[in-house]
Amino acid sequence: MARFTDLAEAIADLVHDEDTVALEGFTHLIPFAAGHEIIRQGRRDLTLVRMTPDMIYDQLIGAGCAAKLVFSWGGNPGVGSLHRFRDAVENGWPRPLEIEEHSHAGMANRYLAGASGLPFGVLRGYRGTDLPRHTATIATVTCPFTGEELTAVPALNPDVTVVHAQQADRAGNVHMWGITGVQKEALLAARRTLVTVEEVVDSFDAHPGDVVIPGWALTCVAVVPGGSRPSYAHGYYERDNAAYTEWDPISRSRESFAAWLGSIGAVARPVPA
Amino acid sequence: MTGGTTGGTINWTTDEMMTIAAARGLAETPTCFVGIGLPSTAANLARRLHNPELVLIYESGTLGAKPGRLPYSIGDGVLAETADALCSSVEVFNYWLQPGRIATGFLGAAQIDRYANINTTVIGDYERPTVRLPGAGGAPEIATSCREVVVIVRQTPRTLVRTVGFVTSFGFGRGTGDREALGLPGAGPQAVITDLGILRPDPATCELTLTDVHPGVSVETVRTATGWDLAVAPELRVSEPPTAQELDVLRALEATRRAA
Repeated sequence: MARFTDLAEAIADLVHDEDTVALEGFTHLIPFAAGHEIIRQGRRDLTLVRMTPDMIYDQLIGAGCAAKLVFSWGGNPGVGSLHRFRDAVENGWPRPLEIEEHSHAGMANRYLAGASGLPFGVLRGYRGTDLPRHTATIATVTCPFTGEELTAVPALNPDVTVVHAQQADRAGNVHMWGITGVQKEALLAARRTLVTVEEVVDSFDAHPGDVVIPGWALTCVAVVPGGSRPSYAHGYYERDNAAYTEWDPISRSRESFAAWLGSIGAVARPVPA
Repeated sequence: MTGGTTGGTINWTTDEMMTIAAARGLAETPTCFVGIGLPSTAANLARRLHNPELVLIYESGTLGAKPGRLPYSIGDGVLAETADALCSSVEVFNYWLQPGRIATGFLGAAQIDRYANINTTVIGDYERPTVRLPGAGGAPEIATSCREVVVIVRQTPRTLVRTVGFVTSFGFGRGTGDREALGLPGAGPQAVITDLGILRPDPATCELTLTDVHPGVSVETVRTATGWDLAVAPELRVSEPPTAQELDVLRALEATRRAA
């Protein structure tokens, strides 16, 4: 049964140095507050996993939390580049960042395999692209029934998956709706899970795109109102598009990024060579 | 950007001409998987002007989105609020895209080459890139699973290159027969719509060839803005200039994004 806890305690308990961590969300319900807590607690050598790493991953990478990124699209939606991500890949700052690069379809099937308890996922993917030349986790498998050659990708089983949802009930069941991306699969694929929620309610009402995760399948639930700002929480608050635009100049320079770290109560720490 | 004038009074830009030309190209298609960036504006314009029944599918899992304003990104809440159905990422790629249910894939590009292969991954060496681009997203499977692909891109010698250094999304590979050799369904890229004109694959060689120039654009201007020796179709067409109605609807649509 999911344990209700506060955010700092949940991160301290669940997220360890060198863990593989997925903070999922497709534009919507991005777990910013949890990501900031990981930065404040100074985690290091994480393998970060996400289909669409955006501003929160730029922040984690710039803060030196990540040794590796497993992803399929890294950008600031509607704005442009992720400058901390680019500084890490192009210049190795604040530390070199290993990358393992897929397509969305490949990542979705990797989580699906992980959630299903299977060793790999199968799809018709990556055909004709150069990605398999650089990504060791793209292979082929022959269908035993038709002989067709298909793409195989290994299951993703994060040590920890963190997502943000609209609601939990008092038993720790979690309810999200609207665009829910790959969050269900990412939770069910993980060894440990944290769901931050806007609020706790007595019972759930129906909404378009409802996803309910039973509390017995989760590790921790933390009540964090506004926990996905500046992204949005359908039915609670709108996306702060200006914050994404303002991130562009902040993230362009290492100095303005260090000042931003101070603004969330974190410090820029030198990364050991 | 320069453009032209419609009806002797209304000025338009080359970007507006590009978006309007792309929207016209979606007049007949029933279903469109809408890529990130420039495609979204043109797809929403098409639904307002030429094809009100057009089903827009975004990779955020919004099927049949009918946004009343331009979405700020492909995961914008307005897409979820107006969709016929919402589904997970697994479902949008595995159930809807992969089996070939979607007629037209509509993509942008950082670079595209003469065989319509798209690069959105890196400029320069993969391990030590000069420019690290966002990456693949949904595009590799959109490019190979839809029945046809349309690309929209601003045309410069840096964006339309002879050969991309990294194939993120497959067009025609190195020419005729490569799609068939890979067993790809669908016809592949059928039009590349730019701010200067429209390029389509040559029926014999699959090399992108200039088939349409936008009004006021010379063939020489297009060739200068292309990174290979661009062939010109024997019967070169000139695009119809934007109508006053097309411009009105496009500008009203773009104003909705600025207000968002």
